[in-house]
Amino acid sequence: MKSAIYYRTKKVTLNLLIHLFLLSIAVTCLYPLLWMVASSLKTQEAIFSDLSLIPRQIHFENYYQAVSQSDFGRYFLNSVFYTTSVVFGIVIIASLAAYAFSRLKFPGRNIIFTIFIAAMMIPIPGSFVALFVLLNKLHLRNTPLGYILCMISVGLSMSIFLLKTFFDTMPRELEDAARIDGCSKLGIWRHVALPFAKPAIAVVVVFNALNVWNEYVLALIIFDSKNLMPLQRALMMFRGEFLTNYPLLMAGLTITALPIIIVYLFMQKYIVKGVTSGAIFG
Amino acid sequence: MRIKSNLENYFFIMPAVVIFTVFYIIPFLWVAHLSLCDWDGILPTKTFVGLQNFKEIIIQDPSWWQSMWNAGYITLIALTLQNALAFLLALACDREIKMKNFYRVIFFIPPVLSEIVVGMVWRFIINDVDGANMINRGLTAMGFGQFAQSWLNNPKTALTTVALVHSWKGFGWGFLIFLAGLQTIPKELYEAARVDGASAWDYFKRVAIPLMVPVIVLVAILTVLGTMQAFALILGLVGGEFAGHTSVPVLRILAVMRDSSRFGYACAQGIGFGAILVAISFIQYRLSKRYRNA
Repeated sequence: MKSAIYYRTKKVTLNLLIHLFLLSIAVTCLYPLLWMVASSLKTQEAIFSDLSLIPRQIHFENYYQAVSQSDFGRYFLNSVFYTTSVVFGIVIIASLAAYAFSRLKFPGRNIIFTIFIAAMMIPIPGSFVALFVLLNKLHLRNTPLGYILCMISVGLSMSIFLLKTFFDTMPRELEDAARIDGCSKLGIWRHVALPFAKPAIAVVVVFNALNVWNEYVLALIIFDSKNLMPLQRALMMFRGEFLTNYPLLMAGLTITALPIIIVYLFMQKYIVKGVTSGAIFG
Repeated sequence: MRIKSNLENYFFIMPAVVIFTVFYIIPFLWVAHLSLCDWDGILPTKTFVGLQNFKEIIIQDPSWWQSMWNAGYITLIALTLQNALAFLLALACDREIKMKNFYRVIFFIPPVLSEIVVGMVWRFIINDVDGANMINRGLTAMGFGQFAQSWLNNPKTALTTVALVHSWKGFGWGFLIFLAGLQTIPKELYEAARVDGASAWDYFKRVAIPLMVPVIVLVAILTVLGTMQAFALILGLVGGEFAGHTSVPVLRILAVMRDSSRFGYACAQGIGFGAILVAISFIQYRLSKRYRNA
């Protein structure tokens, strides 16, 4: 008969090993980002000599230079503008459609919904070639509107699917009560369905915001003018020009990455929900 | 009355249908149409060439097949190394353990970052400056200085380096989905197995894995679709100077369209590549069904 102490030691050792494993991976996740931030606060010389994560001398000039001379302030605002416009558009358009697919009756409902869902499953890796041609014809290439409409279309299927699934669980009594009070269909969507779907809308907002903020290829083929570019595109161009100015590049990367990390930390509950609903993948 | 109600209902789906038709369905049909044409993207005239583009892809385009092989190699590493790591981490977190939430939050930070940012940061750490190249410094410190090199410039190590950074960025997805799957297995099953004298390994092999098959298949399909189409990470890592040894299909399509202005050929590559991806996911799905029924 093995003693209680034996089992206790075994359990503690096992837990210790598991924590060691988890911690080492967690450090691997964080280290490159801390290194990025640390390097953005050093001078070009210090990058070669000062290898600590907390710089001996902290230099904020890189950020000043990135914003004032390299226009990162403008790129940042562009990204914010595109992200909020697309997310706002998707929430309105997708929730209207999802509500109709879930609660309203009209001919062709199921077929149209199936087409939306099929689009979610079928990858078309070359679609940007056609989008380039299409936007040229519509004179929407190199315009914010062209980019915003394309990105709304990218996020639409998934968002409609998520919201429709959620609306399906909405109790009929909620709608009936509103109808008796004289609410129109649009009124029910606005005053009953939207408030009810808040948690699902949060998931839609977070995922589409991440997706737009991080998008690269459409920004590459759509924008020629520097002053319209979002951050991801600007970073690639910036590196082409200042390949060896590492502190400045790291400042630009930090400006790009930090907002998304902060949003993630505040909204991670919804991200976990979105991922584990098994429906979303980026 | 009925017609009015229908019209009213169509109003709800109209904006979605219009945007979706113009920016998804029409481009989709256009890609299919252009794939049968020879067109430079500028001239108003397109030449219909039938299946000529596809023939060229299959027999005359070694750089396309090189890019397919590269993407396949990265995907293989993602399927094995990345997903094994994700599964192990999920197992480690699927128990009464302190700081579970902390780990979960941290592991999903790489996936929320953009591929461009991740690529550039890692390039800075492993390739660019000798002084700040952490991997090389570590090797030198441990006495393996002769192995220090530019990991992304050396054709022998570049692709594996890309695949490892990709796995670093991606394992958080699998981890979250695996963890959610493991948490749906009733705890009583574990206790019952232990009472019957099963070891932790027996439980793992005979209970946890079989119950997890659908989740594993889901993660595998998502990994293949996501990794085969990944490319911005490579732009971030390798930059404008990329040669054949780290090119992937989407980068080829971009290059054919932008550098050689062969729009029809680029579309044919897109269609062929999309078809292959659909076929792979379908086969994975069928295999998993057979496995579950056996």
